[in-house]
Amino acid sequence: MIRVLVAKPGLDGHDRGAKVIARALRDAGMEVVYTGLHQTPEQIVDAALQEDVEVLALSILSGAHPTLVPRIMELVRENHLDDMLVLLGGIIPDDDVEAMLQTGVARVFGPGTDTKDIIQFIRERVPEND
Amino acid sequence: MTESELIDRISQREKRAIARGLTLIERDTEEGKKLVRALFPHAGHTHIVGITGAPGVGKSTLVNSLTLALRKQGLTVGILAVDPSSPFTGGAILGDRIRMQDSVMDAGVFMRSLASRGHLGGLSRATFGAVTLLDAAGFDVVLIETVGAGQSEVEIMKLAQSTMVVLAPGLGDDIQAIKAGILEIGQIFVVNKADREGADHTARAIRGMLTLALEHPEWFPPIVKTVAETGSGLDELIDALGRHRQHLRETGKLALLREQQTDHMLELALEDLVARGVKQARQAADWRSVLEKVALGDEAAVDAAWAILEKLVRGRTHGA
Repeated sequence: MIRVLVAKPGLDGHDRGAKVIARALRDAGMEVVYTGLHQTPEQIVDAALQEDVEVLALSILSGAHPTLVPRIMELVRENHLDDMLVLLGGIIPDDDVEAMLQTGVARVFGPGTDTKDIIQFIRERVPEND
Repeated sequence: MTESELIDRISQREKRAIARGLTLIERDTEEGKKLVRALFPHAGHTHIVGITGAPGVGKSTLVNSLTLALRKQGLTVGILAVDPSSPFTGGAILGDRIRMQDSVMDAGVFMRSLASRGHLGGLSRATFGAVTLLDAAGFDVVLIETVGAGQSEVEIMKLAQSTMVVLAPGLGDDIQAIKAGILEIGQIFVVNKADREGADHTARAIRGMLTLALEHPEWFPPIVKTVAETGSGLDELIDALGRHRQHLRETGKLALLREQQTDHMLELALEDLVARGVKQARQAADWRSVLEKVALGDEAAVDAAWAILEKLVRGRTHGA
């Protein structure tokens, strides 16, 4: 069973996209922990640690990704969660994608992404364990 | 990480080790089973508290504020929250953390969401092992929030020492309170959202029902009114939990409960073996031919089942 944490860091109050993703992953047979809006990087990484998820899916629409994502990835490494697959979605300008990948994010999914592509991306990288 | 390292780090309540251990238990691997076995003798000190009740009564919010209140008293808290898995895809949305954000960052708190994974009764199969782990890790209190589907959640009684049933005013409680299962499992009743109209009425209705049919006359379940959002009534609730545990200790029921847990663990393991046997038998090459014999009336279903069972046991003794 693949376990995923869908998290919304920062101050934007829109989680429609995050909920669509959570639901699609559930329907693909995954267990999705959803923690709600306005999460700090510390809260997100702590939740990922306690829930021992294989995938962390971040949704950011506020434009704060250049500060939030490096901080989250720093905490991921501090907590030795390097094995975790980190995905980023929301509104990420093309010019920022490379910088996001540099922090250790595995892939950036922009608006209009087919949820099937996200599911396939996860399945190809996370082994089914039971 | 070796097993003894893992156990060592779990007993130091290291979050990462606890999280890994819970994953092993949940995946039901050989490692996970060995871990539960190794940890079981270290368990038995925690106050195991079950929280059940219909969806929307505020169980998660109550767990959050109860955790905050317990922390204020210097007690450490482990939380297991069970949500339903889809019977169709096996997937699940685990949303209990949303309401627990205030309490779960604390170093003295560990919270894990569990999907029911097809297990009925309001818990997941891994819940028993998970409680053993949190108990052995030394948490003073372990709170278990059940799925919240309603009236079939009796399994929590076999696991928890104190079970609280949470209700809210205005949710058709008069009829709900009569339904079998609700009254019998509650050792403490919580009327949450007590700032709403009808809370006194709900409390009275429960009291009335309890007076009519008291299962254990030596313990009259307290009825506590709370507003989980503000923390109102939480001191009374903690007091009620303490008194219930004291009652269990004085009457010798605490020791009995541990025996009962072991009993239930054995029962679960047996059920598990049988379920696996059924699966194996269905996949075996001769399943169709046995099926035909039964269909034609050449063999009774029960005789065929015995034959299959005997074959499975022989397979096991011959090193399978």
